[in-house]
Amino acid sequence: MVGNVLNPKEAAEKIKEKFPEEIREIREHNGQLSVIIRRDRVSEILKYLNSDPLLKFDLLKDVCGVDYYKKKEPRFEVVYHLYSLQNRCLLRLRAEVPEDDCWIQSSVDIFEGANWPERECYDLFGIVFKGHPDLRRVLLPDDWEGYPLRKDYPLQSDLGEREWKGYLDVIELAKKNMEFETK
Amino acid sequence: MDQNSDACVIKIEEGIKLIPGANAVVASIDKLVNWGRTSSMWPAVFGTACCAIEMMTTGASHYDLDRFGVIFRASPRQADVMIISGTVTKKMAPVMRRVYDQMAEPRYVIAMGSCACTGNVYNTYSTAQGCDNFLPVDVYIPGCPPRPEAFIEGLMKLQEKIKNEHLRWSRWR
Ligand code: SF4
Repeated sequence: MVGNVLNPKEAAEKIKEKFPEEIREIREHNGQLSVIIRRDRVSEILKYLNSDPLLKFDLLKDVCGVDYYKKKEPRFEVVYHLYSLQNRCLLRLRAEVPEDDCWIQSSVDIFEGANWPERECYDLFGIVFKGHPDLRRVLLPDDWEGYPLRKDYPLQSDLGEREWKGYLDVIELAKKNMEFETK
Repeated sequence: MDQNSDACVIKIEEGIKLIPGANAVVASIDKLVNWGRTSSMWPAVFGTACCAIEMMTTGASHYDLDRFGVIFRASPRQADVMIISGTVTKKMAPVMRRVYDQMAEPRYVIAMGSCACTGNVYNTYSTAQGCDNFLPVDVYIPGCPPRPEAFIEGLMKLQEKIKNEHLRWSRWR
């Protein structure tokens, strides 16, 4: 069965109609459509895409962050991949987030599954998701300092001053326990 | 009896003799203890990445580690050897150290794979550059992953090491 397939372009046009001042750009690359939006009303846009009976983007495939350090302003983007099971249509939303005011609205109230991806994005990029029910780090230890997927984070194991305290403690403990080892 | 007493003694290995009639074994305690230890190295598995798959393969029927007396244990309390197989993240390091500290003496550590030895190519914020930063490693097995033969070779190297130990059973060691 074919038919009833929505073209992502139509979806993009619909968003443009409804939120004209939120859309920055609609870009197609390799046959994939991205809608670049401002971050301020992202929650409303997602809610609209999710609940509109014709669009019905009911599956949030992924939420992730991107760092365009020294490539573009605003520096960060949060990318949503939405899928409509009914219309078999994939749409990419890219919300721009500036570095000095690094937050975006959480979409957990619309898509339950956004919970951990948003935490991951916060963990590795430091983008704060406002309204998230439990915004903690998910991969790194809770007391880790810094956000490793940012491009200005050191790209090596030896973090020097910024080394995680827990790891230094283990090395310390290992040195202390050496005296109990049999030679 | 006196005449054929020599015939009654069966030499099992250098320094270990069996007297079948008396149902007894004659050996130095060093020999005996090390002999027992080499043939029952029970590992506490610590598979953290892809090398663990290779370790499981080696443990399974085709390569069959049981024939060396290597029987995987799920608890550090029952284990003699800790096999670190896989990438060691900094977050995992405290857990690894705790498992090691819970093992009873005598205890040994095998670092299996380049990741556990040196961190491999993962020179990144999250990866410890080798588990020897916080564990006393006895045998390093390089390879990504090491083939089962290499892994078994590593185990045998450890057996050799245990065999040459001296007075490790005594309180005054
Ligand atoms: S050494 Fe290779 S196979 Fe083993 S854990 Fe590292 S990457 Fe995986």
